[in-house]
Amino acid sequence: MTELIPILVLLAFVAVFGVIIVIVSGLFGPKRRQSEITKAPYECGLPGIEKDNSKIPIKYYLTAILFILFDIEIIFMYPWAITYTDFIAEGQGIWAFSAMAIFILVFIFGLFWEIKSRALDWD
Amino acid sequence: MGSDVFEISVNFIKLVAIFLLMVQLVPLLVWVERRGSAYIQNRFGPNRVGPLGLTQLLADAVKFLFKEEFIPGEGRRLIFLLAPVVALIPGALAFGSIPLSAPIQVEAFQWLGQTWGPYNFPFQSFQFDIGIVFVLGVSSLAAYALLMAGYGSENKYSLFGALRASAQMISYELALGLSLVGILLIYGTFDFAEMVTLQEGPLTLMLFGTEYTLSFLPNWGIFYQPLGFVILFAALFAETNRLPFDLPEAEAELVAGYHTEYGGLKMNMFYIGEYGHMLVASGLISTFYLGGYNLPFVTVDQIREFFVQSQGFTLTNASLAASFLLHLVFMAKVFLLLWIFIWVRWTLPRFRYDQLMDLGWKTMLPWALGNTIVTAVFILWMRSV
Repeated sequence: MTELIPILVLLAFVAVFGVIIVIVSGLFGPKRRQSEITKAPYECGLPGIEKDNSKIPIKYYLTAILFILFDIEIIFMYPWAITYTDFIAEGQGIWAFSAMAIFILVFIFGLFWEIKSRALDWD
Repeated sequence: MGSDVFEISVNFIKLVAIFLLMVQLVPLLVWVERRGSAYIQNRFGPNRVGPLGLTQLLADAVKFLFKEEFIPGEGRRLIFLLAPVVALIPGALAFGSIPLSAPIQVEAFQWLGQTWGPYNFPFQSFQFDIGIVFVLGVSSLAAYALLMAGYGSENKYSLFGALRASAQMISYELALGLSLVGILLIYGTFDFAEMVTLQEGPLTLMLFGTEYTLSFLPNWGIFYQPLGFVILFAALFAETNRLPFDLPEAEAELVAGYHTEYGGLKMNMFYIGEYGHMLVASGLISTFYLGGYNLPFVTVDQIREFFVQSQGFTLTNASLAASFLLHLVFMAKVFLLLWIFIWVRWTLPRFRYDQLMDLGWKTMLPWALGNTIVTAVFILWMRSV
């Protein structure tokens, strides 16, 4: 728990630093009355018709879901990775390896199934 | 009680100093980037303000301060204003957990009629045993800053830039995380400081239960994990949204991506976040693969010993001098890597978006997986005889 205190202190310091910069950047500088045109979203020469709530490709959603799936699988390998040499030193290396090998096979199966089912194709 | 106050205040100063070091390096990096790109493209770059144009960035900062504030749209002011603050946080927190030099050992001393110490100050903002997991967790928070900026701007270019950036970041985070498993198998620890200590001295290999020492190579991670190094390096380019992976800012399609609507100091904060991310990336690469703050072939103790024996320093001063020297070594490695980041940006063209996603998911992920399996088999084979 005491390990977390410096992180929280730094977090608070950075947040305060950032908020001060944002406030200061609003204080200086010329103040003009902003019309509707000024406030309109940036557009290259056209009237800004399309709003930002236009349709978003579902691909992004799919990518995010697949990411969560794989990221959890990868994080699961981390504890195994740092204890692997300890298992070998105790003569249980084969067991530690084959246990993770089964998991990695499932991982590979999932990855290739995704590639086969064209879930990762962008057009 | 009194000795605690000293330790706490030193640690607090260290926290602030390391964060300010990161913030101060950003103008320097922008200068290097502009001069470097000019050098690569055979033009001059900023060379009018100050010697070699070094004070150009100071002038820019003052100019940024006096820009008119602009907040687009109506309803999302808070998100728009908070996004730059959030963009600062991941870089600062991750940079704080990287050891910048050897710990400073302070002997017990007398001051104000009290005995203080002995102390051991690690040369990093905070040291704990889950370093990598913390850095991975914190640096993926950068996606929130991008999404907030894109959503708060109420602009389709910003939103699409933010979506692309976050999809790209999470895709390459897989290859990044998986390429680290190989090096973790070798080091057997999450702690950065411990990893750097493991890379001291000449290269020592364990083959079939016997140890071989190659005295002409340093004991760096890159010699154990060359493929992991390449994958990590490429993935970090994508994580920092640098060319050839800077699709979020593809200016021909998306104007400037997620920071289209930002100006002045608020845009500058995104730059601090981006360059802070590059600093973290370079620090991570040198910690994992290039020996961290180690000088090749010598251990930290040997350097301290050298200062005590030949220079007649006290133990505290020797430790301070060694840490300072090793900090310069670490910064030299980091600057070399940062220069490679800049060099690549002005040399390679940009990927197309489907090529980018294919590279991340269909090429780098399987290679990183193969690297993990081969490393595991190799370690099992070599150590269990």
